[in-house]
Amino acid sequence: MKHLLSTKELDAATAVGILDVADDMAATQQREVKKLPTLRGKTVVNLFFEDSTRTRISFEAAAKRLSADVISFAAKGSSVSKGESLQDTAQTLEAIGADGIVLRHSSSGAPAVLARSGWVSASIVNAGDGTHEHPTQALLDAFTLRRRLHGDAGRGRDLDGVSVLIVGDILHSRVARSNVWLLATLGAHVTLVGPPTLLPHGIGDWPVTVGTDLDAGIAEGPDAVMMLRVQKERMSDAFFPSAREYAAGWGLNGARFRALPGRTLVMHPGPMNRGFEIASEAADSPQSTVREQVANGVATRMAALYLTLAGGAA
Amino acid sequence: MTARAVLQQADISRALTRIAHEILESNRGPEGLVVLGIPTRGVELADRVAGLLTEFAGVPAWSCPVGSLDVTMYRDDLGRNPVRGTAPTRIPDAGIDGATVVLVDDVLYSGRTIRAALDALADIGRPAAVRLAVLVDRGHRQLPIRPDFVGKNLPSAASERVNVRLAGTDGVEAVTIEGGTADEADAVSTGGPAEGGAA
Amino acid sequence: MTTYLIAGATLADGRTADIVLDGGIVAEVGTGLSRAGATRVDAAGLLALPGLVDLHTHLRQPGGEGSETVLSGSRAAAAGGYTAVSAMANTDPVADTASAVEQVQALGDAAGYVTVRPIGAVTRGLEGTQLADLGAMARSRARVRMFSDDGLCVADPLLMRRALEYIGGLGGVLAQHAQEPRLTVGAQLNEGPVSAELGLAGWPAVAEESIIARDVLLAQHTGARLHVCHLSTAGAVEIVRWAKARGIAVTAEVTPHHLLLTDRLAEGYDARFKVNPPLRGDGDVAAVRAGLADGTIDAVATDHAPHPADSKSAEWSAAANGMVGLESALSVVHEAMVETGLLDWAGVERVMSLAPARIGDIRGQGEPIAAGSSPELVLYDPAVRRDFSETQLHGRSRNSPYLGRSLPGRVIATFHRGAPTVLDGALLPVEEVAARG
Repeated sequence: MKHLLSTKELDAATAVGILDVADDMAATQQREVKKLPTLRGKTVVNLFFEDSTRTRISFEAAAKRLSADVISFAAKGSSVSKGESLQDTAQTLEAIGADGIVLRHSSSGAPAVLARSGWVSASIVNAGDGTHEHPTQALLDAFTLRRRLHGDAGRGRDLDGVSVLIVGDILHSRVARSNVWLLATLGAHVTLVGPPTLLPHGIGDWPVTVGTDLDAGIAEGPDAVMMLRVQKERMSDAFFPSAREYAAGWGLNGARFRALPGRTLVMHPGPMNRGFEIASEAADSPQSTVREQVANGVATRMAALYLTLAGGAA
Repeated sequence: MTARAVLQQADISRALTRIAHEILESNRGPEGLVVLGIPTRGVELADRVAGLLTEFAGVPAWSCPVGSLDVTMYRDDLGRNPVRGTAPTRIPDAGIDGATVVLVDDVLYSGRTIRAALDALADIGRPAAVRLAVLVDRGHRQLPIRPDFVGKNLPSAASERVNVRLAGTDGVEAVTIEGGTADEADAVSTGGPAEGGAA
Repeated sequence: MTTYLIAGATLADGRTADIVLDGGIVAEVGTGLSRAGATRVDAAGLLALPGLVDLHTHLRQPGGEGSETVLSGSRAAAAGGYTAVSAMANTDPVADTASAVEQVQALGDAAGYVTVRPIGAVTRGLEGTQLADLGAMARSRARVRMFSDDGLCVADPLLMRRALEYIGGLGGVLAQHAQEPRLTVGAQLNEGPVSAELGLAGWPAVAEESIIARDVLLAQHTGARLHVCHLSTAGAVEIVRWAKARGIAVTAEVTPHHLLLTDRLAEGYDARFKVNPPLRGDGDVAAVRAGLADGTIDAVATDHAPHPADSKSAEWSAAANGMVGLESALSVVHEAMVETGLLDWAGVERVMSLAPARIGDIRGQGEPIAAGSSPELVLYDPAVRRDFSETQLHGRSRNSPYLGRSLPGRVIATFHRGAPTVLDGALLPVEEVAARG
């Protein structure tokens, strides 16, 4: 795997393979010595055109645990002004010999553009591009689900028959898009629920069920509910009338949480708006996977870096 | 190219039995033994050797601790080959500190896999001693590594392939050798082939 | 001036004829013609069409000379078989005064490859608040008859009404870039399955259609002429069809790229396919083809929009909108309309020459080839295919969506004012063309 740009492009065997490697990476992270020599001599650049301390730290930990040299590069405010900056920055990174570029960018498709550009020979790992995809987030979500559902017996397995309810701002969510493709590829049944204004136009062909009624989705008793972070600025753009009305309609409040079966997992990519899209009662319950998702993020990203960077020519 | 059978099922069983006896003999009993197989086929061999050790030791309520040790992340030839999947590492609950770890693999060739295994082991704990048991030693070492227990010494050419098939992994059981020419019988590979050269 | 005898060409109606260009006119059209001293051009197997007329060309001068100039754009036009182009007003400074349009006109005349007709801005600085110097531009030496804020929509309905009335009074036409600005804030790609998957802000069809619907009603109310630029959606075709049936004075153009390409091409985020209005879906492509075939859409206009390479190699949302199209237009119409049986060559003549000349009131252009007509024509070989490559682009920019694609047909010669600008498939040198004065 030269690049990891999206989950849309992953077939089931490849996706399960990534999760299996993540399993083995996770096991090494239980040890006292967490560092592996695997990417010794490789240089990984975290190129973030958009602030995301959480994702950057997760990738940084992953790269360091694999003994890569890590350079973090925060490129400020260059995303929408002029396209040159991605090219110029990329060529700088090429000159310093980057083997891998972990790219976070506010423009959808920037990693694909970089991978195709010829500006760099490095492998590109998409760490979130605009409202397009965030593949490692979806992989860590799938990994978390598989672990919770199958434990150590999960190796080699997909998520056949698992039902997942994804709730919130689907329109602007790269996490939702990556999860839709990956979960469907792994055999899960995905339902998307959100305000009509935050459901994208043109998703009739997506492998999902779409609705606007969260209570109806909860009544189905899904295996997992994934709450998306909602930017409160969406309110000023008139996507919904008020934060209170959003929370009343699409927040996982205490009553809704208690209406879920005890086996239903509660997921959130973080950071959470507690009391808005998710109640603390749900976020802090044993059904919540929020903290595991963070820990699993490192293992999953180790897998992504290993698979894109470790191999050579046949 | 034809494959020539070198060991049949009965030969393999005999070899493992002898290895188990030799392990007990050199260790002066079963004390502190931990058997770790190197994926893929080393794991099945380790399970079988551990079973034999349990049987031959004859110590009531003792069963030989066994696990697997994946060395993929420690290999020095990762950049020379297409990326490969990893395999689980399973260490017995008691750990390996102070134990006599017997590493088990199917074929010993360049020695690079064993070097990687020693590195992997060091990240997991500090054994009192590490021993090496292999079903086949085909020569062509590139590192100063020597097996303690060998099922069969099998002089081979670098261009030849040694294939190990085991009942649990492959459904059939045999060691075969194929390819190569007689001229190359003593040639030494200078590349970094995958250990064993098995598929 | 050299006399030309174009021998054995096939006219749009299928007749084979010899054509004599002598001085300022087509002197004779017939069979077995001969003319002493004439330069003979063998046109056996070639189509002869009246020179193509573009209603929508971004020549970028003044202000954008890095992307295109009047001269370089004129050369691209001639290479594509054009003999007249209409220079859009969104230059820097904007063509919103008499002196600005006269300057463009003068540059075009000096280049000499094609007739360059400046389009005047509707509003001062394209700001959409105050009318530009409409009367002064109309009365200037440039004699502006088409006005447009293209690139931006005249969104304010009251201003649009006033502009229609005022331009109507000048005998001109307002060419509207139909894009409801609030419905397209940050829009990047046709709103639909592709934009949803790619996570690009959608540019919904309704943003185009709602403006066209409003504008045809305003045209009806004011009695003024409205021209719809680069119509791109199935719904827009329906609205224009409805308006024409009611006798409203509306005309419409479609670009070659909206006749051939769809938004699926954006899947790799290659910004060569980023354009405004965006590439649409299969249903829209079928609808605009049908609309062009049945006359709902009057003309094909290139919306030739040159951009420097770094504006197109950027990430999608930072990349510029637009495609160059002059050199490929006839071949694209050939593929989309002729090869599909939707138009014959007479139809192509109508939508690429006659109708645009009439809409833009471009004199001496868009006349069927006949004795006494203006000596503007293109010779086109419809039998060949070509791999469209950068060597076939003659402007300053390379942002063609057709690079690497095979297209039918090839322009062999273009005659402007009785003299060739392209001969044997090659452009004539700048000095030679300019010297004709």
